[in-house]
Amino acid sequence: MTAAIEVAGVSKRFRIYREKPTSLKQRVLAGRIRAEDFWALRDVSFTVDEGEFLALIGHNGSGKSTLLKVIAGILRPTEGIVRERGRIAGLLELGAGFHPELTGRENVFLNAAFLGLSHKETERVYDDIVSFAELGDFMETAVKFYSSGMLVRLGFACAVHVEPEIILVDEVLAVGDEAFQARCLDRVRTFQREGRTIVLVTHALDLVRQLCDQAVMLDHGVVKAIGQPDDVVREMRMTILKHDLEYAREEGTKEVEILGAQLLSGADPLTAPLRPGETLTIQVDLKANEPVDDPVVSFALHDGTNNFMFGGDTARQGLFLGRLDGKRRVRFDLGPVPFTGGKFWVTLGVHSRDNQRVYHVQDQRYSFEVRQTEGRRDQTFMQVAVEVEEL
Amino acid sequence: MLDSRGLRVDTRSRLRSFAIATPIGFTERTSEPPRLRVRQRARELYGYREILLNLIRKELKVKYTASVLGAVWSLLNPIVFLAVFTFVVKVLNNDMEDFPFFLLGGLLAWNLFSVSLNAGAQSVISNANLVKKVYFPREILPLATVGVALVDFVLQSALFFVIMVVLGYGFRIELLWLYPMSFVALLLFTVAVTFWVSAMNVRYRDVQHLIGLALLVWFWMTPIVYPAGVVYRSLLTYTHGQLFWRLYLLNPVAWIVFGFQKALYHSARADYFLAPFTLGQLAVGLGIVIVAATVLLYLTWRVFFSLSGDFAEEL
Repeated sequence: MTAAIEVAGVSKRFRIYREKPTSLKQRVLAGRIRAEDFWALRDVSFTVDEGEFLALIGHNGSGKSTLLKVIAGILRPTEGIVRERGRIAGLLELGAGFHPELTGRENVFLNAAFLGLSHKETERVYDDIVSFAELGDFMETAVKFYSSGMLVRLGFACAVHVEPEIILVDEVLAVGDEAFQARCLDRVRTFQREGRTIVLVTHALDLVRQLCDQAVMLDHGVVKAIGQPDDVVREMRMTILKHDLEYAREEGTKEVEILGAQLLSGADPLTAPLRPGETLTIQVDLKANEPVDDPVVSFALHDGTNNFMFGGDTARQGLFLGRLDGKRRVRFDLGPVPFTGGKFWVTLGVHSRDNQRVYHVQDQRYSFEVRQTEGRRDQTFMQVAVEVEEL
Repeated sequence: MLDSRGLRVDTRSRLRSFAIATPIGFTERTSEPPRLRVRQRARELYGYREILLNLIRKELKVKYTASVLGAVWSLLNPIVFLAVFTFVVKVLNNDMEDFPFFLLGGLLAWNLFSVSLNAGAQSVISNANLVKKVYFPREILPLATVGVALVDFVLQSALFFVIMVVLGYGFRIELLWLYPMSFVALLLFTVAVTFWVSAMNVRYRDVQHLIGLALLVWFWMTPIVYPAGVVYRSLLTYTHGQLFWRLYLLNPVAWIVFGFQKALYHSARADYFLAPFTLGQLAVGLGIVIVAATVLLYLTWRVFFSLSGDFAEEL
């Protein structure tokens, strides 16, 4: 195996100017400009072999896109070397160079030139591009009359018809509707089959595990993990967990306190990720520091990207706790989980019935994971009972 | 050869592999501000000619679509200019014969120069989106603006030549060889200055304002609307006239314009109006301009090249 891309000890420093002087006068008058150094990348090294599919993952601001730009040659490394063998196409933006006054046809040729296709090569794939974008009737129309969806389609159609040895893809490509995304993914698989080297920046960890040969996780510009996608993704999930724990918020007047909570499946505490359809119980232990009348205990579930999924409380379930003095245990039995994958966060709270007093809230303090059975592609879980009868 | 990290870089084998397999290039990006290797870079630029041609095509289309007259606008500019100055010259009671042919000879060349500089100053900034998202040799951007100006120049010149023939003014074959020489000098000098202007404007936006003023002064320091011969003789009546005339001749565009005018303007009293130089002197002068412009081009290209690595950050 020969290396298609070799990143050796690459660091990238940006100078952050409080106010960037863009005129001579400012630069002269300001004297010493106050600039702060910001290291977007620190001593990053890895190799991508020919035909390998590498994913770059990490938080926002971890330096993924900067690294991609350094590899693409848009940014110059402050230290280190990047070596590349083969023609590179950087798909960092859809429809680079599109101009609204030009027709779809003209824009295809312009954009293809930026993606490294010659006029002849573009002519050869032109019909494919048009049919891929499904814009046959609009190619002679100026793109200023296109809808944004049409523009995206045209930009993507151009992007997937490039034929370089190395393809750099930023997640900006993750646009469009489901069907379109599926086609994008399909195309990426084709690239993979054709033995092209791919570097992908993404947040979609499951995708990384499905498709990639190698993954690199960046954290504040430093390589935190590198190697098998499964291992790196696990590391990434661990970091997300730790990261969020630091921000776990607690508040409340503490007349009633949440002593602790446990997530159970059946009667057993959760140790492994749940399978879709396994039951989940949230068990909350309370302690009243002062006697309180009729408190309400509530819970909420959020998914990994902080979307509210489901919530409930004792009052809605028609349960009255009465006067609370001393300790009490509340158990929410949620039945089979309908989720098919991902990490979920549990928020717990105790408050007065009229919601005027919040005694204690633990914001997304607890979490559980659901993992799809290998080979299944369900979007949700449904309890199914089958009956067969003679007719 | 050692790179910044002390690793041995085999330059020769790299060049060889580059030369043999064109599609499979070997690229290396380091922290060093890149040093310009003219041949290698020129070859790379040639590899990206598709972008250059497409950008020029785009500029032209955008400039002239959605306008009723289209490319006629490009021809209208010198015609209006000509009308105004013919009028002014008549009012000033100048007795210069065939003034339009004198004026257009220098004006079209000047337009190529000034349009390139004005647009060139903006070329990197106005394409910030591309520079930040796509890799290509950044020289393409200022080159495209020169290219657009060049297309206008060719169109205007073609029309100008047709008019010269139709009106029976015609050409003098023995003078015409100065034309390509002047053109080469003009193109080299224009590209050189445009490289510098476009690179500097990324860091100091003052440049684009400065260019407007500088071009105004420059225009009047160049014998386009007035004949150089007349300037020469009137300068001689002053005490330090010779000195001022020498200073005047330091302007390379003046020499380029001398060349164009000498090649095209051949009325009876041409020698009285044109710069007081023989053909040989003009050829030597233009030769010096060509050499100087080539050196300047190398220097500004180097500046552009080393600054261009940081364009994506500076924008």
